[in-house]
Amino acid sequence: MDNEVDRRRGGPRAAARAALGHTIRRRESAILLALFVIMAVIGSVEPNFVTGSNLYLVSRQISFVAIVALGELFVILHGGIDLSVGSIMALAGMVAGFCMKADVPPALAVALGTSAGLAMGAVNGALISFARIAPFIVTLGMLSFASGVVLGLTKGWPITEIPPSFLPVAQGAFLGLPIPVWITLAMAVVAHVVLTATAFGRRIYAIGGNEQATFLSGIDVRRIKFGLYLISAGCASIAGIVLVARFNSAQADTGKGWELDAIAAVVIGGASLSGGSGSVLGVLIGACIMGVIKNGLVLMRVSSYWQTAIIGVIIVLAVVLDRARRRGPG
Amino acid sequence: MTGPLLEVRGLRKSFPGVCALDGVELSIQAGEIVGLLGENGAGKSTLVKILAGVHRADAGEIVFHGRHGRCAGFASIQDAQAAGLTLIFQELNNCRNLSPLDNLFLGREIRRPRSPFLDYRAMRARATELFEDLGIHVDLDVDLNRLSIAVQQMIEIAKALLTDVKLLVMDEPTSSLTDKETDRLFKAIRELKQRGTAVIFISHKLGEVFAITERIVVLRDGRNAGEIDSRTGTMAELITAMVGRELAASAPRRPTEIGPEILRVEGLSGPPHVEDVSFTLHQGEILGLAGLIGAGRTETARLLIGAERRTRGRVLLDGKELEIKSPRDAVAHGIAYVPEDRKVQALILAMSVRENLTLAIHRSLRWLRIFLSRRKEAAITDSYIAELRIKVSSREQVVNHLSGGNQQKVVLARWLATRPRILILDEPTRGIDVAVKAEVHRIISELAAQGVAILLISSELPEILALSSRVLVMDSGRVKRVLERGDATQETIMSAALLASQAAPSLG
Repeated sequence: MDNEVDRRRGGPRAAARAALGHTIRRRESAILLALFVIMAVIGSVEPNFVTGSNLYLVSRQISFVAIVALGELFVILHGGIDLSVGSIMALAGMVAGFCMKADVPPALAVALGTSAGLAMGAVNGALISFARIAPFIVTLGMLSFASGVVLGLTKGWPITEIPPSFLPVAQGAFLGLPIPVWITLAMAVVAHVVLTATAFGRRIYAIGGNEQATFLSGIDVRRIKFGLYLISAGCASIAGIVLVARFNSAQADTGKGWELDAIAAVVIGGASLSGGSGSVLGVLIGACIMGVIKNGLVLMRVSSYWQTAIIGVIIVLAVVLDRARRRGPG
Repeated sequence: MTGPLLEVRGLRKSFPGVCALDGVELSIQAGEIVGLLGENGAGKSTLVKILAGVHRADAGEIVFHGRHGRCAGFASIQDAQAAGLTLIFQELNNCRNLSPLDNLFLGREIRRPRSPFLDYRAMRARATELFEDLGIHVDLDVDLNRLSIAVQQMIEIAKALLTDVKLLVMDEPTSSLTDKETDRLFKAIRELKQRGTAVIFISHKLGEVFAITERIVVLRDGRNAGEIDSRTGTMAELITAMVGRELAASAPRRPTEIGPEILRVEGLSGPPHVEDVSFTLHQGEILGLAGLIGAGRTETARLLIGAERRTRGRVLLDGKELEIKSPRDAVAHGIAYVPEDRKVQALILAMSVRENLTLAIHRSLRWLRIFLSRRKEAAITDSYIAELRIKVSSREQVVNHLSGGNQQKVVLARWLATRPRILILDEPTRGIDVAVKAEVHRIISELAAQGVAILLISSELPEILALSSRVLVMDSGRVKRVLERGDATQETIMSAALLASQAAPSLG
């Protein structure tokens, strides 16, 4: 309370101190600490983990999930869910790959692929916000529909012959960091600003907190919800298309099961599935925790079958710990 | 039984940052009806929640029915109920998708002997018997959300009667009841007394408390602040004990100039059951909208602001017909609606005072068209915190932790910030304490004096009578009468509201 008073008086040093206190008390600091502990444990058991080349690969792997999770965050914040992100990744990647193979310039191919993904997002958004069908149902249907379309059109075969000029999007590096990491960071900054500094962002949290109250306050809830499913589909599309550059081909089974990784990253990052709370920083840390653990298990030669079991435990544990911490003092 | 049914000594309880109870004493005899009063935050709710096993006390002693509970009281609600102490919460806790019958027996289902299957016949018979005792007719098979709050309340009481209840605690049972429904409730309470059940009655409606209780225990700042005999005590004594100072009787409305007509509603009809509602609203006027629960007052307001689509009728602002399809359009035309249930319909409980207060005025706080200006938000929030005297530790305090009165002020401030020309207030003082209530009344009068046209929906007739220049009485979705200030009395309003209702005596 003293901090608040100081802050209102506006002394710059007091404000800085208050801001620091605020940062430490933020829920993200707890999971950031968890991330460091996990990294330290893995690093001490398996020294290969901390080599530059491994960290480079891990960060790139994490960035793909993180991009999808950023979009998923917007949807989860309003109290919804998007199960179709994995299929939309595959569809967008496939459209982009097909266009590139047909000698469409890569930039245009990316735009077309993204548009295909956005179209799916628009269908999700329209059904959810205007026809008022539950997000779980709509996006479950879309998950099945979009992946079926991809498999039907390609008969399961990958699209290869991606132009070499496009490959650096995933395989290149800038200032020692993989390009996908830069893409993720850029998108994260935009997402953070949108959520914390714009009226649109505030309204997303408001809808997640109390949709009826937001509606009665004269806010066009339906239009905002529609937009959120577009954002989610857009992020998934970008991830799917960047993955095409990563694998040098568009695979029909790209993104399979990624919706669960994305949701897990958001939830580990402290967001509530009932809406109204969550942050970009949390999502990034959540994605890192998932990626680091997966990589650590690979390095420690744990069978991939057991890996999924362990990830499952981690997801539930993260939420249980978060609940316990919130119920505790403060 | 000798000695009191309930004896509470030196009860203390702190929450982080607040001392809610600081040595409270309470003694209750079997078959006694005791009022528990105090301003919001005085500790009433904390006290009864400790009694009912929801919270544990930090220190003190509770003896119930000769049973020495440990100093902390009952360990759980189930424990308390098993011992014969039941709390009916202010926010009714029931399953709205289930029938009255299912709700009644939830957790106490009657099974066929030695089998897991429910014995519906036995439950139905028992339920019918119970409701006959309470003197009301309830359809046992409809969904609960189709019944009025009053009936739901009766079901809660019936639920308590299923157990061997010795002490029933009712937290604000009448806050959403009309006078007629309240009478039924009181009849049921007196019925309980006949059976030897003691009742603790919490309410902000002081007249009711005097009517139903035998004595009134007053709390202030977590301590006992006096006790008043309901037969000999006066309202003034009670208020003084509650607020700790003399309070001017609720401020009569300043006579103000009523300006030209600004809103004209013609033949408004729409779901669920509003039929052909017409009225006019003038600048600076306070138009009271009275009627029983379910008379269609809230529904009329919701049609007016576009929360529901109207099927017929016109709304004219300054003589021009308005197209209002959603609350967004209403706000754009300067029509503000403060809903009746602030926690469900108005507040975003997890958000701060600032974020709640500025929710309806994002448009005017933007820079570069998309960003919200924190500086402007802070300035507006601070100005309303000062103007409406909202008690907060800072503008960043989460509204969930505020008292009801301060929450209501935040909601009011949200709408005042939109600078409305027409302000619709739906039960603006429900569940808030006397001091804040007087403040809200003062604010309403001042707004009218500034030329805001106000539509005041209230189930408290004294409130309607004190503030309104005209009173519209509704029943069954229609306007039954329009009373001028001089003609409006409790009797004329109630007789207008009841004319049609007499045909259907059941509460449903």
